[in-house]
Amino acid sequence: MKSNWYETVKVEDIPENTGVSVKLERWQVAIFNFKSMGQVFATQNLCPHKKQMVLSRGMLGDSKGEPKVACPFHKRTFSLQSGACLTDSECTIETYPVKVEKGVVYVNL
Amino acid sequence: MKNSTKRKNIVVVGNGMVGYKFCERMVEQGHLQNFKISVFGEELYPAYDRVQLSSFFNGLTVEDLQLSASSWYQEVGIDLYLNELVVAVDTKTRTVTSQNGRTLGYDELILATGSSAFVPPIPGIERDGVFVYRTIEDLERIEQYSKKSKSAAVIGGGLLGLEAAKATLDLGLSTHVVEFAPKLMPRQLDDKGSAVLVSKIESLGIEVHTDKQTKCIQGNGAVTGLDFMDGSKIAVDMVVVSAGIRPRDELAKAVGLAVGSRGGIVVDQNMQTSKSGIYAIGESAAFEDKIYGLVKPGFDMAQAAIDHIIGAPSGFKGADMSTKLKLLGVDVASFGDALGETNGTQSIVYENGKDGVYKRINISADGKYLVGGILVGDAQDYNMLIQRMQSKIILPNSPESLIIPNAASETSGLGVMDLPEEALICSCENISKGAITSLIKKGDAQNIEDIKFCTKAGTGCGGCMPMLSDLYHETLKSLGKEVKKNICEHFDYTRQELLHLSKVNNIKTYAELLQKHGKGHGCETCRPLVGSIMASLWNDVILKQAHVQDTNDRFLANIQRGGTYSVVPRIPGGEITPEKLIVIGKVAKKYSLYTKITGGQRIDLFGAKLNELPLIWEELIEAGFESGHAYGKSLRTVKSCVGTTWCRYGVQDAVGFAIEIENRYKGLRSPHKLKSAVSGCTRECAEAQSKDFGLIATEKGWNIFVCGNGGTKPQHAVLLASDVDSATCLQYLDRFLMFYIKTAEPLQRTAPWLNKLDGGLEYLKSVVIDDALGIAAELETQMNYQVATYHCEWKDAVENEDRRKMFRHFANSDDDDNTLEFIDVRGQKIPAPW
Ligand code: SRM
Ligand SMILES: Cc1cc2nc3c(=O)[nH]c(=O)nc-3n(C[C@H](O)[C@H](O)[C@H](O)COP(=O)(O)OP(=O)(O)OC[C@H]3O[C@@H](n4cnc5c(N)ncnc54)[C@H](O)[C@@H]3O)c2cc1C
Ligand code: SF4
Ligand code: FES
Repeated sequence: MKSNWYETVKVEDIPENTGVSVKLERWQVAIFNFKSMGQVFATQNLCPHKKQMVLSRGMLGDSKGEPKVACPFHKRTFSLQSGACLTDSECTIETYPVKVEKGVVYVNL
Repeated sequence: MKNSTKRKNIVVVGNGMVGYKFCERMVEQGHLQNFKISVFGEELYPAYDRVQLSSFFNGLTVEDLQLSASSWYQEVGIDLYLNELVVAVDTKTRTVTSQNGRTLGYDELILATGSSAFVPPIPGIERDGVFVYRTIEDLERIEQYSKKSKSAAVIGGGLLGLEAAKATLDLGLSTHVVEFAPKLMPRQLDDKGSAVLVSKIESLGIEVHTDKQTKCIQGNGAVTGLDFMDGSKIAVDMVVVSAGIRPRDELAKAVGLAVGSRGGIVVDQNMQTSKSGIYAIGESAAFEDKIYGLVKPGFDMAQAAIDHIIGAPSGFKGADMSTKLKLLGVDVASFGDALGETNGTQSIVYENGKDGVYKRINISADGKYLVGGILVGDAQDYNMLIQRMQSKIILPNSPESLIIPNAASETSGLGVMDLPEEALICSCENISKGAITSLIKKGDAQNIEDIKFCTKAGTGCGGCMPMLSDLYHETLKSLGKEVKKNICEHFDYTRQELLHLSKVNNIKTYAELLQKHGKGHGCETCRPLVGSIMASLWNDVILKQAHVQDTNDRFLANIQRGGTYSVVPRIPGGEITPEKLIVIGKVAKKYSLYTKITGGQRIDLFGAKLNELPLIWEELIEAGFESGHAYGKSLRTVKSCVGTTWCRYGVQDAVGFAIEIENRYKGLRSPHKLKSAVSGCTRECAEAQSKDFGLIATEKGWNIFVCGNGGTKPQHAVLLASDVDSATCLQYLDRFLMFYIKTAEPLQRTAPWLNKLDGGLEYLKSVVIDDALGIAAELETQMNYQVATYHCEWKDAVENEDRRKMFRHFANSDDDDNTLEFIDVRGQKIPAPW
């Protein structure tokens, strides 16, 4: 059976507590190395607000324990777990399963 | 063939400002799914901004004035028939027919036929050289005729007449204004207000003739002059008639619709005329027997009609006729019961003949409320007064303080709590003060994030966040709740407390501060805030803690629409050699960057891709440039004027000193950005009095101004010290800047900081000049440390391999982001619209 897991980058190549974007076939995916939570997350790179490919450049944080990323443009924040927008109920983003093996991040699209 | 999903037909007669607004709103509100719109316009041009009509003489073209290009109508699917007068309506077959014989069926008919200039039957009115002032074509004719004329008379001294007078004056004609009543703008002004206006207008060279009734227009074919009833006369080559407006109700009359006693198509609150399916809006409609000669009520009527058509009637509620205008360069405002005609009203009047200022407010019989007023020569207080009137705010004990300059204490009335409930806090999302406070009062908002979530306030451009935060805290205070300005859920401290904690405990990273004094994992509020504190305290390389830097600081550039960045090299004092200019030009060309001279005397290069940033900076640094910190909350520019370097008036070397100051404070991180300027003499060409700190040269040294602000809420800077020498100047500035950095709240510019500083300017002076707190030496030491540890962040970034790695769009590929789209504008590229 064909696996949808994509090999991406090494965790150490993502500066701690920030994100990078990767190109997987024709998709742009944001991968976050949320070091202080000890977790890696993956979401779409596109901010649904003004359709900008920038979420990977957003700032990480949490809201009452829920990990989130804030878009650099207008600071809409999205849950890294559910993809729900925490500032504006109207838009959500896709989040993707992630696994880390031997220091390499795999994302399931 | 009947088809139930077929769109209904709406025919709009008249493509003026209101008819257009009707179409625009229908489009914006998504109703074109259910309705098909066809528009007839009598004029040659698609709807244009009639309010700005006079700008036609100041160089604006027909295209500039158009509300939308003709292509817009096509794009959204509206059929527009221009230059086609509608001449008949058949209410039985529900069709309209134009003068060209075009017949269209309608389900709903909108009459937006506007009004025409009223032309009184004065003998001689038909002569060549007599014009009205209503359409672009009128203006074209006036312009043409003015070429062979030397003088003009405007008949009518109302709003429009004075506008027309300005126009003929601008066309180089010696101009007369003739008014039948004993005063100008008889409907808006009282005698004294008019007198002030007359003297101001006459000082421009316009001759004003009040109390004059025109008997006839003299001439032989063409105009040669005016004769008045009192026997006097004037010689002029041209006449513009501006004696009022008449609603265009001729079509309505022909259809048999009811018209008002003074003309105008009678409508109810849903803009329905006396025949169902026919609506009238704008200046042709008479609501409660009243014609509204202003655009805003017309726009409200358009909305009321739409709401009724789609089955959600909202009802037009009448409108306020208050106006504020700049007439011939003179501020004139008139609001509410301007003439004090209601029974029992009392007036308070302020008159300053020297400056040509007249203000009057009218107060209700019980002395409690403002009911109207007049402002001539200075209408600054218009918005404040009208808010007071409309929201029925109880007057202060001495209501004269509202109009007497400087009577109110400097800071009172500036706070957010003084605003009325319906004042807009967030203009992007249209959220009023009341909507926010009621949320807080009901307990539905526990913090500012809740307010943003529930109302969307602050989620647009974000410019209102400081006001929002003030409102939140002040409202809690007013409810008697203890409020502490904790920065967010991760730190139970204020900015000042965090700064103190970091300093005392020698904490140098965000992670350490969070671990020792915070909880959770941080957020977009506390990370950059702590980043700024750390930079102010330790001045370390900011990319070492990239994760706490907001995107602009993280990539050392401002992110722009589309996700590209801008590059702004520092050009201290605005002085630059031709060699360096050439380098900027070459770099811009090589990376195809859009270039623009900024408002801060330097050059901004836009459109750099993330991966290009280090390459671009490498080249700039090579040529001797440094980071301009356009992305940081830190010193931006020190603007200069040429001063003694070139200017015949200069009394000090403004350029030299500006460069020295810019080099001293470059890279200084602060709660918000800092701007400065140095002017070489009191003419103040560098605009130092609008800056966070600014210097104006005097014969003896410098006057230091502080806490000025342009931007969202402009405020003039105030004088901190005068006639100080250069060394003292720097000493005071060191102290002032460090004191601000240590005590201001996050994102608080110097002006709001001073407004809230207990003791205000006097206190600031005592700290900076008299060292009342005994901290001056410490502040100076800290500034010296900052200056000594300065480094160019971009130099550091391009030289450090690890940091350079961050400047890639994809971590796993060298591909460009192929979603970026650019369009070409005036020979340069810009990002495609959002
Ligand atoms: C480029 C420039 C406009 C221009 O084309 O001339 C500009 C562009 C921006 N301004 Fe400005 N401002 C520019 C001069 C000004 C001025 C005029 C001046 O400095 O002489 C003002 C009013 C003066 C003042 O600040 O007191 C000004 C008041 C603002 C404000 C409102 C600040 C306030 O206190 O209300 C913001 C928003 C903010 O900083 O939070 C802002 C923010 C911005 C940002 C950073 C918005 C953003 O985040 O993208 C823009 C970044 C453009 C970029 O990528 O470089 N800009 N901005 C000017 C750059 C000057 C420079 O060389 O550094
Ligand atoms: C010089 C000037 C300055 C002004 N300044 C201000 C100001 O500062 N503030 C303010 O609020 N207002 C101002 N006004 C008034 C403002 O322009 C009007 O209130 C506004 O234009 C009214 O819009 P409307 O659509 O009702 O009428 P109009 O803009 O007059 O549009 C009506 C259109 O319908 C057309 N039409 C009429 N009958 C037919 C027909 N049978 N078939 C086809 N087409 C027809 C007309 O030719 C016209 O193009 C100013 C007006 C002028 C002339
Ligand atoms: S005023 Fe400043 S922030 Fe606003 S659009 Fe212009 S450059 Fe951008
Ligand atoms: S584009 Fe992301 S919040 Fe606006």
